[in-house]
Amino acid sequence: MVKVLVLIVMQTVILLGVAPFIVGLIRKVKARLQCRRGASVFQPYADLVKLFRKQPVVSTTTSWIFTATPYILFASTLLAGLLVPVFVSTIPLSFAGNIIALVYLLGLGTFFLMLAGLDAGSAFGGMGSSREAIVASLTEPAMILSIFAIALTAGSTNLSTIVHKTALLEGIVSDPSPHLMAFAALVIVALAETGRVPVDNPATHLELTMIHEAMILEYSGRYLALVEWAAGLKLLVFLTLIANVSAPWGIATSLEPAALGIGLAAYLAKVSGLAVLIGILESMFAKLRLFRVPELLGVAFILALLGVIFFYVLRG
Amino acid sequence: MVNDLTFTLVWGLFGWYGAGVVLPLGCRADSRRQNLLAHGCAAFGGMVGIVLGVVGLLASEPWAARSPSTIPLLTFAIRLDPLAAFFVLTISLAGLAASIYAIGYVRHFDGRASIPLLGSLFNGFLCSMTLVILADNGFFFLIVWELMSLLSYFLVVTEHEQAEVRYAGLFYLIMTHVGTAFIIVAFLIFFQGVGSFSFDTFRHPEQPLPEGMKTIAFLTALIGFGTKAGIVPLHVWLPYAHPAAPSHVSALMSGVMIKTAIYGLVRVYFDFLGGQFPWWWGFVVLLVGAVSALLGVMYALMEHDLKSLLAYHSVENIGIILLGIGAGMIFQSFGLKEFAALGLLAGLYHTINHAMFKALLFLGAGSLLYATHTRNMEEYGGLLRRMPWTGLFFLIGAASISALPPTNGFVSEWLVFQSLFLSFQIPDLLMKLMLPIAGAMLALTGVLALACFAKAFGIAFLALPRSSHARHAEEVPMPMRLGMGLLASVCLLLGLLPMVVVPLLDRVVGPFAQISIADQVVALDGWALAPVDVQFASISPPILAAMLIVGALLGLCLAVAFGGHLVKRYGKTWGCGINLSPRTEYTATGFVQPIKQVFSTIYRPTVKLETEFLEESRYFAKRRRFEFHIEPVFQKYLYDPVVMFFSTTADRLRVIQAGSLHLYLAYIFVTLIVLLLFAV
Repeated sequence: MVKVLVLIVMQTVILLGVAPFIVGLIRKVKARLQCRRGASVFQPYADLVKLFRKQPVVSTTTSWIFTATPYILFASTLLAGLLVPVFVSTIPLSFAGNIIALVYLLGLGTFFLMLAGLDAGSAFGGMGSSREAIVASLTEPAMILSIFAIALTAGSTNLSTIVHKTALLEGIVSDPSPHLMAFAALVIVALAETGRVPVDNPATHLELTMIHEAMILEYSGRYLALVEWAAGLKLLVFLTLIANVSAPWGIATSLEPAALGIGLAAYLAKVSGLAVLIGILESMFAKLRLFRVPELLGVAFILALLGVIFFYVLRG
Repeated sequence: MVNDLTFTLVWGLFGWYGAGVVLPLGCRADSRRQNLLAHGCAAFGGMVGIVLGVVGLLASEPWAARSPSTIPLLTFAIRLDPLAAFFVLTISLAGLAASIYAIGYVRHFDGRASIPLLGSLFNGFLCSMTLVILADNGFFFLIVWELMSLLSYFLVVTEHEQAEVRYAGLFYLIMTHVGTAFIIVAFLIFFQGVGSFSFDTFRHPEQPLPEGMKTIAFLTALIGFGTKAGIVPLHVWLPYAHPAAPSHVSALMSGVMIKTAIYGLVRVYFDFLGGQFPWWWGFVVLLVGAVSALLGVMYALMEHDLKSLLAYHSVENIGIILLGIGAGMIFQSFGLKEFAALGLLAGLYHTINHAMFKALLFLGAGSLLYATHTRNMEEYGGLLRRMPWTGLFFLIGAASISALPPTNGFVSEWLVFQSLFLSFQIPDLLMKLMLPIAGAMLALTGVLALACFAKAFGIAFLALPRSSHARHAEEVPMPMRLGMGLLASVCLLLGLLPMVVVPLLDRVVGPFAQISIADQVVALDGWALAPVDVQFASISPPILAAMLIVGALLGLCLAVAFGGHLVKRYGKTWGCGINLSPRTEYTATGFVQPIKQVFSTIYRPTVKLETEFLEESRYFAKRRRFEFHIEPVFQKYLYDPVVMFFSTTADRLRVIQAGSLHLYLAYIFVTLIVLLLFAV
């Protein structure tokens, strides 16, 4: 029981602690690619503390939904993160929800964020919610199918089992093509779900382009801090998912201290690597027009579907 | 002992409903008393029904009673097996909540409709639905089925002074009879095979039906019951009829009446046909389910009449139920009993869940109608502040239908997902590929439903009031809140306690799949649900709920730890320099515009924009008129041709009906001669 609690607390601390770093790292990479020096990778921590200290301003038109949303968003994203193996392959909460539960937990946060966007009564929030609705609806099928492709190779939809089996190279991989296709699809899904270029631009405040930023426009103070933290956390959850599901190597498969240390180091290296990759991708591509996004997500869906078909065809 | 109890309960149930039918019409009290009398009886009937359902689910043997009649082939036979008990429980739960709600709700019909008649019909409707479930004789089933359809028709046309209500009623009446005709054909096929209408002989025929006949029975039952359930493309009557009825009746029609069709399908496929069927049957059901789910939610998104929106969501949820049942049928035909049981169980779990949250949402819509006198979402807004309870209950319903964890909708949709994903065990490549694709369609459906209820709740309850109706709305009376609160708590319980629900459902499914899976599905001492194997997949709704609360508290603690004080300041929303008004808010139409654009191949929208410019300059518009419609594809290409055919044929036939008495006498005379000639 104590071991279980310790593991849960450790995972919570790591997820919450690393999330702002990832955001800072991506910003740094982008800045360097734009020949700027950029802020320190630890700037997001300072931002969070500053926001927590500020007194929030809440619109008079809003209801309790608006003030409850940051907490619900934070809790659901964190819980989603606790369902993914981070540095140990067998996590205590894995029985509480599999990959579909994770998708729906993220949906819970999205739902309340969309409501909060509408609650303030300004057109910006409504616009953000409306656009979030279409992006979310197009990403979800691709996400479910790509995860299913991966689940097939591992024979499970339980994240812990998938990661554990993949780490021990069980069921893998006379032919890695289903895995690779699902990986590519997941990267596109992650970019769309976490509001990155080319689907959304986290750095913009121009009404023509913003999605996520438009929904949270009315937030300030500690509410904004929680929403921003949750957004960083969601990004980290996706990176963890991609890193550990498709390349779990290095993750601790037992609870020995040495294995845990290696697992943690490998985890940090992997998510940092992916963050750099996202920074580079964001610098290479321009943001797509909203109505070109379906094509991109269609590609993700087809890739995932091909992953499933390849699995069956190759295995006979 | 149990049999005596069941007997008493059955009579108690019909006693209360019967009293509810007769007393309000008979007594000469004021409408307040009549209202209380009618819906009080219905509520007691509902309570007895709940007990009866639970007793029936727990009983070790089915309970049956029969009474012969003078009409050949007809016996008044009723039978309570676990399947029937489950549906009785579902109907009674929704019926109880709707009856309590109605005590408050029908007051606003005072002077517009006859309250005793409404109450009497309501009791009759509940009674007939329960009889449909209990009937154990084909002839008797058809009679009570017809009774249910007619009573619901009369309830739909309560506000018959409005032309569109009459149109909706007529549409419903025609569609339901087309459906009944197909059910009759299905039953006649069984009758022809066994020579009796008794369900027992259907179940155990002396010699099995020939394959061809079985296939016809399968298809006619699917069309017949599918019409009632509202599968695409037979769904067109739902968005007319359900909104037209009084809201507490809509709740029952959309929540439970369409479920009697699910009951019929399960009864015919798994009970009468004994689960012996080729795999393509299951595939057809799966396909129908996937298409209904997706198109249902897509049309719901474009709907801005709250009750029509909910009616389209019934199409969607029937689709989800059929996805589960279809997957179960496919597994069954491949001999994978455990998974067959799981698919069927998932479908039935979603059946009761949908009954609860859809009834809740319709009651919520009724409350909005009661408070604002409009069903148009664009005229709501800001109602959460004015109607906090209705808002909270509606939010619970919206979260459940959007399958957000840890609500009941999430649990059953998750089970459906699992049964689709277990398809890799099927030894057939096509099915292996089709079931995950159905899963992807379910994912799309789920998230579109989420978007739709973000729209429905967000536009109706949040931000600024959009009309003077909404500005002056008030919270609804106590009985209405009670009815909604009851359903909301049932929704939460069904979500948090699946380990109680699953073993009960297992008793329903067990006899059909010939296997009990409760011990496998309820894993880890009841803490988790794990379809067949913990290593494959599991969820634990209570843990998820607890962790969500802990997470939110952690957020609060972090806010305190880093920030200290929790005071907040209030200010106006930034409206780009102009004052915020309902005209600057996002509308429901605007909200779904991107979805409309992306899926324009399905919607085929037509947009009309007329602008009237100032005479002085074409840079300034005096007035703009915006119209947009989506093409009613099914009505245009499927129904209109049929209607056209019948009306032109009828026009042609009018020649022989000239209105002359002499001519008619001549017809009779000629017919008589012809018949005599034949006779000789």
